Amino acid sequence: MFSAKQYLLAQSLEEAYVANQKRTATIVGGMCWLKMGKRQMQTLIDLSALGLDEIAVTKEGFSIGAMVSLRQLETHKELNQAFCNAFAKALSPIVGVQFRNCATVGGSVWGRFGFSDVITLLLALDAQVELYPSGVIALEDFIKMPYDNQILVRILIPHNSKPVAVQSHRNTATDFPVLVVAASVEQDGTLRMTVGARPQKAVAVPASLSLSDADLNNHLETALDKIPFEKNMRAGKEFRRHLASVLLKRAIAQLKEEQSHAN
Amino acid sequence: MNKYVSAPVRKRDAMALVTGQPVYTSDLLPAHCLTVKLLRSPHASALIKNIRTDSAKRVPGIACILTWEDVPNVRFTQAGQTYPEPSPYDRLILDRRIRCEGDPVAIVAGETPQAVDTALRLIKVEYEVLEPLLDFTKALDNPILVHPEEDFKALCDVGADNRRNLCCCGVNEEGDVESKLAECDIIIDQTYHTLSNSQAMMETFRTFTQLDAFGRLQVTSSTQVPFHVRRILSNALQIPKSRIRVIKPRIGGGFGAKQSAVSEVFPAIVTLKTGRPAAIEYTRAESMTNGSPRHEMQIHIRLGADKEGNIKAIDLHTLSNAGAYGEHGPTTVGLSGHKSIPLYGKAEAFRFSWDVVYTNTMSGGAYRGYGATQGIFALETAVNELAAKLNMDPCVLRSKNMVKEGQVMPAYYGEMLNSCTLDKCMEKAKAMIDWDNKYPAKQLENGHIRSVGVAMAMQGSAISNVDIGSAEIRLTDEGYYIMLIGATDMGTGCDTILGQIAADCLDCDLERITVQGVDTDQSPYDCGSYASSTTYLTGMAVIKTCEQIREKIVAQGASMLNCSVEEVEFDGKCVRSLLDQKEVTLQEIGYASFSGSYSVISACVSHTSPVSPPPFMVGIAEIDLDPDTGKVEIVDYAAAVDCGTVINTNLARVQTEGGLVQGIGMTLTENIQYSPKGNLWNNSFMQYKIPTRLDAGKLRVEFESSYEPTGPFGAKSIGELVINTPAPAITNAIYNATGLQFRSLPITSEQIAMGLLTKNKE
Amino acid sequence: MQIELTLNGRPCKAEVTPDTRLLEFVRQQGCASVKCGCETSNCGLCTVWLDEKPVLSCSVLAVRANGHKVTTLEGLQAQAAEFGAFLADEGAEQCGYCSPGFIMNVLAMEKELKQPTEEEIQQYLAGNLCRCSGYQGQLRAIHRYLNRKQEENHE
Repeated sequence: MFSAKQYLLAQSLEEAYVANQKRTATIVGGMCWLKMGKRQMQTLIDLSALGLDEIAVTKEGFSIGAMVSLRQLETHKELNQAFCNAFAKALSPIVGVQFRNCATVGGSVWGRFGFSDVITLLLALDAQVELYPSGVIALEDFIKMPYDNQILVRILIPHNSKPVAVQSHRNTATDFPVLVVAASVEQDGTLRMTVGARPQKAVAVPASLSLSDADLNNHLETALDKIPFEKNMRAGKEFRRHLASVLLKRAIAQLKEEQSHAN
Repeated sequence: MNKYVSAPVRKRDAMALVTGQPVYTSDLLPAHCLTVKLLRSPHASALIKNIRTDSAKRVPGIACILTWEDVPNVRFTQAGQTYPEPSPYDRLILDRRIRCEGDPVAIVAGETPQAVDTALRLIKVEYEVLEPLLDFTKALDNPILVHPEEDFKALCDVGADNRRNLCCCGVNEEGDVESKLAECDIIIDQTYHTLSNSQAMMETFRTFTQLDAFGRLQVTSSTQVPFHVRRILSNALQIPKSRIRVIKPRIGGGFGAKQSAVSEVFPAIVTLKTGRPAAIEYTRAESMTNGSPRHEMQIHIRLGADKEGNIKAIDLHTLSNAGAYGEHGPTTVGLSGHKSIPLYGKAEAFRFSWDVVYTNTMSGGAYRGYGATQGIFALETAVNELAAKLNMDPCVLRSKNMVKEGQVMPAYYGEMLNSCTLDKCMEKAKAMIDWDNKYPAKQLENGHIRSVGVAMAMQGSAISNVDIGSAEIRLTDEGYYIMLIGATDMGTGCDTILGQIAADCLDCDLERITVQGVDTDQSPYDCGSYASSTTYLTGMAVIKTCEQIREKIVAQGASMLNCSVEEVEFDGKCVRSLLDQKEVTLQEIGYASFSGSYSVISACVSHTSPVSPPPFMVGIAEIDLDPDTGKVEIVDYAAAVDCGTVINTNLARVQTEGGLVQGIGMTLTENIQYSPKGNLWNNSFMQYKIPTRLDAGKLRVEFESSYEPTGPFGAKSIGELVINTPAPAITNAIYNATGLQFRSLPITSEQIAMGLLTKNKE
Repeated sequence: MQIELTLNGRPCKAEVTPDTRLLEFVRQQGCASVKCGCETSNCGLCTVWLDEKPVLSCSVLAVRANGHKVTTLEGLQAQAAEFGAFLADEGAEQCGYCSPGFIMNVLAMEKELKQPTEEEIQQYLAGNLCRCSGYQGQLRAIHRYLNRKQEENHE
């Protein structure tokens, strides 16, 4: 069982940041992950009082506070309207409603877990991470960064809307994904595709492919061959490679359908 | 006319449970109860060279720390079985030798969980880590011995030999199986493999203990076998049984897990050493790593038939993995043959042989189905393979060969089958699913495949000539009854079901019968709730007890009316004189029995059965299979069950549905994986995936009741039977969808998708 | 440290350590209906409401309930009995150990979803594991419960 001696309800980001410089301090997100460990901590730092539990619609897109719960993301009307219901679809298989009422998007993104459905989707939406004090950084870069003592403040999505589709494969309905993919389309028809739970962290498919590409499937296969897949207790690497192709093709088909509806 | 039997009676404890009343073990802890936790070995095989507990003992609030030097050096078994237990006496409370990951190394008791956690971290153990024996197919005569000790002891002649890693072995046969096989046109010769499974009852193992006013050890535990726990504790602690009292409160599920005394010894020894109340609650990880899961089995079958599909001979060998200790090892293996082979009544010869071996993996126990599940998966899959080879509908093949009422079953201890509607179950299940239109499969527009698959199953009803059920009924002064039973309601509803039987036998309202669950000082002896025995066996004990107490009531009433017993009738409310219609009420009889001139009215009767009548069922799965991802969804599951007379229609239905979903989990998602060093990876609900409601699919249950002459109101058992069909039926449906024949569980989407890719390349 | 909250409609003031979880806290306060079935946030047995939202009390720090409203089944006895009767009439409570957490979530769902489809019901309750019932009887009970007003009108 984890233990902690002190609790700090931070009144400012600076206060949280200063407290977090100690090795024995830690930021509490949703607690879902933290409480499973056996860490003996000195101080738990809580960001609950900083108003970071809101999703704001901005001129540029969406600004999501670190303390927003997964359930809020899943059920947020504007967010789901803007992104083809992808948040509802991506998040609803995560454990259960009660879990998603606890787990925070900040915790999910900060963890940079390989199995993250959330990161896979956010990556396909070109999301950015606002850190305190260093500022805004692309999510793609953030997940490659080593863990440091900054505070994750917000997730920013720089789109007011974007066609996007997510697909995952799971051994049971609410398990971690065996593989999760997301694909979105830029204004010019270029696809942005991501693959998560490889089982390592999500990556973008390294190719510039267009939704209208006549030979899209073959080009996709070539690109997917460049992504490393591994085995873990949920599945082997060959199956993951196979699923990446199956699921991305399904996501692409969904995007095409989306497009034909739009037209 | 029965008022309660065969009705959907609500469970007597239901409203307490659904409103969250404090009725379970952990809700009842005495004040100032010590928290007990175990230091467990991270190694699968090791010797403890040295343990240092001095600094741990200095932690404030620590009451007691025990190591192998502090416990009796006498081996015992945790298996909850009738004495003499077939399971070898092969464990100590704490042992210097570590035989599996999580084997206990020290017992720590303290005032708070925090103090105990701190002390656990401060205990220093020096291990001599040994190479573990993990592969059960290589265990027999392996140079690594799991039980090299001299004081290993088997009370029964089960063929145990610890110098060979052998927990048990044997053979049972009738007819000349080799010559019959030689005559066969077709032989299916295959090996099947099922993994261990965790019962995953929602309440983990837990127990608290205290000394009563007489200095006796009072044990409150979440157990299916209170009377066996009393003996196990007596053996383990080396104190007389007369000093032990075991009480069972409401329990949060068992499914066989709590047929072993998994958690009881630890707080018990703390209470004996300290005189203090003590409680242990297993974590989910402990429950999964050091519980009492289903035995992993490898089953080799040779199934012979002629060209017309008449099954002539069955040869079945089971290799079972006992794991580190032998609890239920020698008995579960028996069901893998004895409760699969008899399904096929036409076979002219059979041989069933078995070996149960020790390894350094988690030790097995009792899990619903108890070996029959594994055997039926193997044999029913082999029969489906035979059907495919014959190009015959597997339902037709079964109808041709299935056992019928009135037959003697050589592979079932030579018992005569008195009640069986397996043939009707088959017709019913086929009709429910529309088999003839759906078999074998069809392609959907979205590329998915819909297919169906079938299996039959049987089980027993109690262990013949061994199990004992008892009931005691007392008439009280208001004319209501107290019924004491030793059978353990674990959520299954036996307190209600046995009450229903009594109410109908006594012609009274169910509300007039108080049913009291188990207290070994108060309840009449009952071996406990396992082996599908409660309704069948204790139910009969209730009937006999009711007959006896009726006689006593009638006698008392007649005496009060100055008549002979022949001159009165008892209608449940009054004893009435047939001569002049004068009557005395039950209440008056009750009051009279509590006054000096009459005697207190009570009856206690035990029952045992020379036979174990099998319940039967047919299960047909309809699945939706996505060939690209390999995902299998249960679209529909038709179950037709013959459990004899259904005593409680709701509870029997829910038992069936629950068993089916456990079987579905075993087939598709519940995986057991070890690290190369023998550490269990699937030790949580995060990694051991039992079905959620989204995975369960739609299930439909119908009853095709036979009438079992030796059962209460014609009833047989249902609890275990219902877990046995999903594995072979779904395996068959997957074959019918894909042509891929799986012989090993679980069948993952990966295996299906990759199997299809390979097959399509060929 | 001291926290003040509303527990089942009543003000509650208590000392807790920073690492106390809401699960242990409410049990210490006598709410024994709240059970623990796992260590990995997977089972749903410990479901309580925090400000009317169903959460896993095993994954919430007690200090985070400071100033908030916590509801357990002890505070919803009438509703629990009303829905529970439907569950009991299917025999679907079985061992009952998952019932309190399950019922907390059913009641939360009833407030949150208007006329949910079967799929929405199953999705909403997917985080409540049950090993006894096979879930079918629970679903039958929910349907009957949600349709109880219509059924009453028919009668």
